[in-house]
Amino acid sequence: MNDRPVNERLKDFKEVDSGLTSDEAVLEALRCIQCKKPLCIGGCPVGIDIPGFIKLISEREFEKALEVIYNDNLLPAICGRVCPQENQCEGVCILSNKEKGVAIGSLERFVADRALVQKSNRKCSVNPTNKQIAIVGSGPAGLTGAAELAKKGHSVTIFESLHEAGGVLVYGIPEFRLPKWIVKREIEQILSLGVSLKINHLVGKSVSPEELLQFDAVLIATGAGLPHFMGLPGEHLSGVYSANEFLTRVNLMHANDFPKYDTPVKQGSRTVVIGGGNVAMDAARVARRMGAKVTLIYRRRRDDLPARNAEVIRAEEEGVSFVFCSNPIKVLGDEAVTGVECLQMALCEPDESGRPGTEPVPGTNFVIDCDICIQAIGQDPNPLLLQSMPSLKSGKKGTIAVDINGKTSIPHIFAAGDITTGAATVILAMGSAKTAADEIHKMISI
Amino acid sequence: MYLIKSINELAPKIWQIWVNAPHVAFHAKAGQFVILRINEFGERIPLTISAIEGDDIRCIFMAVGKTTSALAAHRSGDYIRDVAGPLGKPSEIKKYGTCVVIGGGAGIACCPIIARSLKADGNVVKGIIGARNAELLILEDEMRDSCDELFITTDDGSKGVHGFVSDILKTEIQKGSIDAVWIIGPAIMMKVTSEVTRPVKIRTFVSLNPIMVDGTGMCGSCRVKIGDQIQFACVDGPEFDAHKVDFDLLMKRQRAYLQEEKLALEYHNKEQCKCGGPNNE
Ligand SMILES: Cc1cc2nc3c(=O)[nH]c(=O)nc-3n(C[C@H](O)[C@H](O)[C@H](O)COP(=O)(O)OP(=O)(O)OC[C@H]3O[C@@H](n4cnc5c(N)ncnc54)[C@H](O)[C@@H]3O)c2cc1C
Ligand SMILES: Cc1cc2nc3c(=O)[nH]c(=O)nc-3n(C[C@H](O)[C@H](O)[C@H](O)COP(=O)(O)OP(=O)(O)OC[C@H]3O[C@@H](n4cnc5c(N)ncnc54)[C@H](O)[C@@H]3O)c2cc1C
Ligand code: SF4
Ligand code: SF4
Ligand code: FES
Repeated sequence: MNDRPVNERLKDFKEVDSGLTSDEAVLEALRCIQCKKPLCIGGCPVGIDIPGFIKLISEREFEKALEVIYNDNLLPAICGRVCPQENQCEGVCILSNKEKGVAIGSLERFVADRALVQKSNRKCSVNPTNKQIAIVGSGPAGLTGAAELAKKGHSVTIFESLHEAGGVLVYGIPEFRLPKWIVKREIEQILSLGVSLKINHLVGKSVSPEELLQFDAVLIATGAGLPHFMGLPGEHLSGVYSANEFLTRVNLMHANDFPKYDTPVKQGSRTVVIGGGNVAMDAARVARRMGAKVTLIYRRRRDDLPARNAEVIRAEEEGVSFVFCSNPIKVLGDEAVTGVECLQMALCEPDESGRPGTEPVPGTNFVIDCDICIQAIGQDPNPLLLQSMPSLKSGKKGTIAVDINGKTSIPHIFAAGDITTGAATVILAMGSAKTAADEIHKMISI
Repeated sequence: MYLIKSINELAPKIWQIWVNAPHVAFHAKAGQFVILRINEFGERIPLTISAIEGDDIRCIFMAVGKTTSALAAHRSGDYIRDVAGPLGKPSEIKKYGTCVVIGGGAGIACCPIIARSLKADGNVVKGIIGARNAELLILEDEMRDSCDELFITTDDGSKGVHGFVSDILKTEIQKGSIDAVWIIGPAIMMKVTSEVTRPVKIRTFVSLNPIMVDGTGMCGSCRVKIGDQIQFACVDGPEFDAHKVDFDLLMKRQRAYLQEEKLALEYHNKEQCKCGGPNNE
């Protein structure tokens, strides 16, 4: 990690981690002992040949290293930044027993960034098959599916309801963790394979189920973007946001640059964020950069935070204060929020997730004053498409039910990413899209 | 990019715009809306689809703030960057019997398409349209063509009946049986007018206009209270059972960005002399 100093990074939205230089990358690559049975590969959900590409880096063969990564992952500049590596590839690296695991994510990012800067386009030399494939949604799952199928020569159309492609990568994850030019470049690369992108098309409304069924195959990758609200009294007040709304206003609509950009967001002096996942950390750190004092309320302990540890540490460095073992019960205010009333929580028996359950302790009420309150307590799968296609079988919690290859209950329709799992990770979304794309290819090539 | 086929001012500050948007035009039904964004710097704003012709859709809007003023400054042949839609659920069009479609101010824009759809399904349709004065009254001819009977009110009596749309609704209810009512206009007008049908239990629809961002159910900005439930107007609406709507809450949430909207308009007016949009640094 080469993080910029805190006082500097709080003043802008530029990337916090400035990445490795080539000398640093080579040195880090040389730490890898090139295991015969590399555990790291098993830790990567898409099974990248990690020792293979690391060896090439140590030999300064950066372009070749990237080719190795591309075999399994088409969005390495993104994954290298946002994968929860500590629980995946790096977490199981043999060196993590003694010292630190090899910084696989940073190395992956390093080679990918070099290629993006040089704007080398990937080409596709396969003969066209004339098979028409529709992809619904342009998040990591949709983009991966599109790329895999275009590489096989199929004619791919992506439908995206927003005015920009990228899904959570553009509207959710902030610039300082994932610069938008990188997402743009990665998307351009995929489009350069001949994929056509139709923005402003909400499938189910702008494209009917019947039209969708005219394609030879469909991959649904609509994500989990439906925000939860806690149902607290006062939740309607001005200044209460879902994390999705707050982040969309800033990341997609550039409200941090208002009024040059037209979309406003409330400028708070004190912001309360509720939740403990990556989304909550992102909201808190965006709010810090908007100039507010930020308090994050989480119902369990620090060790239980589901967010990536590196991001929690950065949030702490940036001055986000944490209130643990507490939960809000009421949003205070008349027209706009003035505070959040909370109760302390006692830990009890572990729940399904293996973390301790929580129970409110009566009489421990306290109030945190604020003028913005952001709820980051989770998202559900987008329900719209399922509603417009009632014959599509649903799974638990609003997901679309699929088999291990991504097949849904309707022939020729596949699904991948968060819409099949509920909110998960970029790399899992990509992995499932790749599996589904392989299956689609097999099916239509018969 | 979406081509503006034509644009003209129907009444002071009320504009009609025809935009080429085949993906919207092909599927749009009465009661649905689009989200448009003028340019790269623009806000996403919702406007109701008020007519459809071939690949083109019409919106009618009041130039109230930054985005609508900027839109009004466009000319035919110009392009709009984004038009997403059709969004929201269509009006519940079916055979009710006798229906009344009421429009106030710019809300009249949404009425002819609903009236025509209701008539096509075999309803008798009465129209009531109202404005502050004669000059601000729009779509009179179109409403006359779309309805079996049309009533006009103005607040100052400069045209039609001197009074409010709710006054006519009251007398029409007394005159004969009415099976369903649509009321579309400013929140306060919808709130007051729907009180007329509440005691006589007539099915009443209103089209809500909370502040939206994505318009696809992903942010919750448009949440409204319907009975004791929180719903998202962009996907669960925009039309709801008037007698269950918490209008006070809607109006509170509409006011959330008053200060910012003022700032944006000032910025827009200042920048306008420099070739229309904010300049790229
Ligand atoms: C703030 C935030 C931070 C995160 N941080 C991380 C992280 O650090 N690391 C990590 O691995 N994961 C992170 N995640 C989770 C990760 O982003 C998601 O798991 C991943 O993006 C899921 O990809 P997807 O392609 O399934 O869906 P999405 O990225 O949600 O994309 C779905 C796309 O489909 C579009 N769409 C929806 N419905 C329709 C329709 N009917 N028609 C057309 N288009 C439609 C949407 O507009 C959207 O663009 C984070 C998520 C959030 C919200
Ligand atoms: C479903 C729906 C359909 C609509 N149809 C029409 C229509 O057919 N004709 C018409 O004139 N107006 C319509 N509106 C209202 C229209 O969207 C607003 O007038 C417009 O957004 C104002 O933008 P502005 O920048 O010009 O004004 P601003 O100065 O930003 O705001 C003026 C007023 O518009 C409201 N508003 C601001 N931003 C938004 C936003 N992003 N979304 C919704 N409301 C906002 C505010 O409550 C404010 O009171 C509709 C609104 C909704 C939700
Ligand atoms: S894709 Fe993610 S898990 Fe796989 S090697 Fe790269 S950073 Fe590790
Ligand atoms: S487990 Fe670690 S040391 Fe072994 S090959 Fe993988 S990265 Fe290298
Ligand atoms: S506008 Fe975002 S959920 Fe309705």
